[in-house]
Amino acid sequence: MSRIVAAMSGGVDSSVAAALLARERGNDEVIGVWMRTHADMPEGYELSRSCCSPDAADDARRVAQLLDIPFYTLNVEREFGERVIDAFVDSYLDGATPNPCQACNQYIKFDELLKRGLAAYGADAVATGHYARLEHRDGRWRLMRAADADKDQTYFLWVLSQDQLARTRFPLGELTKPQVRAMAAELTLPTAQKPESQEICFVPLGDYRELLEERRGYAGEPGPIVDADGTTVGTHTGYAHYTVGQRHGLGVALGEAVYVREVQPATNTVVIGRRDEVAQRSFSVDGARFTAGDPPGERFTGSVRIRHRAADVAAEVTMVGHDRFVIETAEPVWAPAPGQAAVLYDGEECLGGGRIARSEG
Amino acid sequence: MAIYLDHAATSPLRPAVLEAMQPYLTTHTGNPSSLHASGRRARQGIDEARETIAASIGAQPREIVFTGGGTEADNLAVKGVAWAATSRGRHVITTAVEHKAVLNAVAVLERSTFEITVLPVDGHGRVDPLDVAAALTDRTTLVSVMAANNEVGTTQPIEAIGEIVRGHGARLHVDAVQWAAHEPIDVDSWQADLVSLSAHKLGGPQGVGALYVRRGTQLLPQLQGGSQERQRRAGTENVAGIVGFGAAFSLVHGDPEARRAESQRLIELGRALTTGLLAHDGVSVTGHPDERLPNNVSVVIDGVEGGDLVAALDLEGVEVSTGSACTSGSTEPSHVLLAMGIDPHLAHGSLRLTLGPETSREDVDATLAAFERVLPRLRTTQGAQPKATVPA
Repeated sequence: MSRIVAAMSGGVDSSVAAALLARERGNDEVIGVWMRTHADMPEGYELSRSCCSPDAADDARRVAQLLDIPFYTLNVEREFGERVIDAFVDSYLDGATPNPCQACNQYIKFDELLKRGLAAYGADAVATGHYARLEHRDGRWRLMRAADADKDQTYFLWVLSQDQLARTRFPLGELTKPQVRAMAAELTLPTAQKPESQEICFVPLGDYRELLEERRGYAGEPGPIVDADGTTVGTHTGYAHYTVGQRHGLGVALGEAVYVREVQPATNTVVIGRRDEVAQRSFSVDGARFTAGDPPGERFTGSVRIRHRAADVAAEVTMVGHDRFVIETAEPVWAPAPGQAAVLYDGEECLGGGRIARSEG
Repeated sequence: MAIYLDHAATSPLRPAVLEAMQPYLTTHTGNPSSLHASGRRARQGIDEARETIAASIGAQPREIVFTGGGTEADNLAVKGVAWAATSRGRHVITTAVEHKAVLNAVAVLERSTFEITVLPVDGHGRVDPLDVAAALTDRTTLVSVMAANNEVGTTQPIEAIGEIVRGHGARLHVDAVQWAAHEPIDVDSWQADLVSLSAHKLGGPQGVGALYVRRGTQLLPQLQGGSQERQRRAGTENVAGIVGFGAAFSLVHGDPEARRAESQRLIELGRALTTGLLAHDGVSVTGHPDERLPNNVSVVIDGVEGGDLVAALDLEGVEVSTGSACTSGSTEPSHVLLAMGIDPHLAHGSLRLTLGPETSREDVDATLAAFERVLPRLRTTQGAQPKATVPA
């Protein structure tokens, strides 16, 4: 008997994904698993809309009961703390913008859960409620954009290897969000009407500054905000509280909209610029990975996306060694933020990507 | 049908118990405090159950207070006595391996300026009565020690402790929730002033417990309300539950000869199970080799996450638990195993199998076969972990 783990967050997407699997494979081959990623928030501080609150565990359990599938809670607090939360914090301290959903996919859902799922449940694959598709063509697994372009989540999945893709299922890949909601209602799942979770699951109320202090003792030290010429135009509360592209909370009035252009940890400096000054046509990327294992070539064309839900831009990619590349885009892209992913596509197929590197100089 | 080896969590309701409860759910449904016939009939059920339980532990019926479970009984004993005796002192002694119902109750006392002494245990989970003697001061008002541990089944030298506490004048509370499912109780030979009991550990319904309170023991009620249970526990009684509790108690303790024979049977099955588990590398027994409950088999398994093993066995149709069902939601390794000096890493791989009246030799063999099927894959995927040892 081949079993499959359905990662259940308590949200509508993973609930429907589990339901589809249970319908397709029979309910004794699908194991519902909710992952405890971090300790419960103190009372009154609860993230009711987040995927990791005790409420979410209750919802996931109720759905599993309705589907009549075994359901377990898997404790991944330690792994999540190191691989996702610490990495998130360190990214800010590094003057970069973290990518926690990608880290969670890479290290938790499609690694720890796969390993533990095999050990504990004898399961050989993991299914999630991500909007993405998989195709097996010409001898390899291909990660494809979701049918619902608006919901496509390949931006967070580019990092998966052939090995991981081979043991992954995305039951929602061909569906649109309204279809998924309709299905949830039809199955009378308690999660059918749940609002979308947008916030980062371990950051209460979207304010990550407390986390910097709690995990790394970073309280923030005021420093200068400078313009492109190096002229001090204001004061910030600590460089790690700012990310590239940020507009709000700068407290600088220069008569026109200004954005964070660069964060410099070494000098505790935040550099700002006008809108056209934060756009770039060329930037380098490290930590490159390709779903096929290797890049399509030393130099190739495709399109690149530098943040979730941003439009793709046509780009030329030049490999530098095996895990770095330089991107030149056909038109300027707005504020490539160090730490964020640059994800490469060839039409509908996600080829892989990397981590946007700090610009030189 | 799954093999159920989790009797220490809940021992399933016995058919005879259900039968005894039935009339109180369908016919005798009055409020036992009511004066009319329906009320009196319900009251009769409670009175009979109270007499049954009192008689089998050597107590008077009026010394039994029914509660909503073992946890409530522990809370009532610990907080009730500590608060009632503040004119004599504010010092409470307990042990590191108590159930959370006791440990968290004393933690609350500690925040109210009580002084708490938590006694250590040896590698088998046993308390040294001399440690109790050394910890007693003239401000000590309560000593709370469990008769048998819920995770590893180790029993405590209650009589020796009772002797020491009696001579001193403090009150002795014994959490006998696990003990009572297998071993007889005589409150006088224990010299106990308070004893906690629970119905569902011995085949009764969940949500019912009792506290034995020796006559003359000052107790501050923890629930305010009506005058039920001689003003020691307010609230309308769970009549059917209490009747079931009495019936379950009779089944276990009504025939001492049969009880001894059943204990012997469980010991032998447990021995076979232990031997089978120990045949695998990296498995060690936790708890005392002899001074333990007859139905408890507890081990730690190197290189395995207990929760994963429990899930794997569940999917094989074998129902067991890690440490205790009450704490299996938490990440921290069992406080009992840590108190016994077991390496925290190893303590994550704990497994508790608790046998019951329906357990057969075939169940033991099938459990061992299931264990053998899942262990290799748990070990390969979770990798080699640093070696750790159980202290002797």
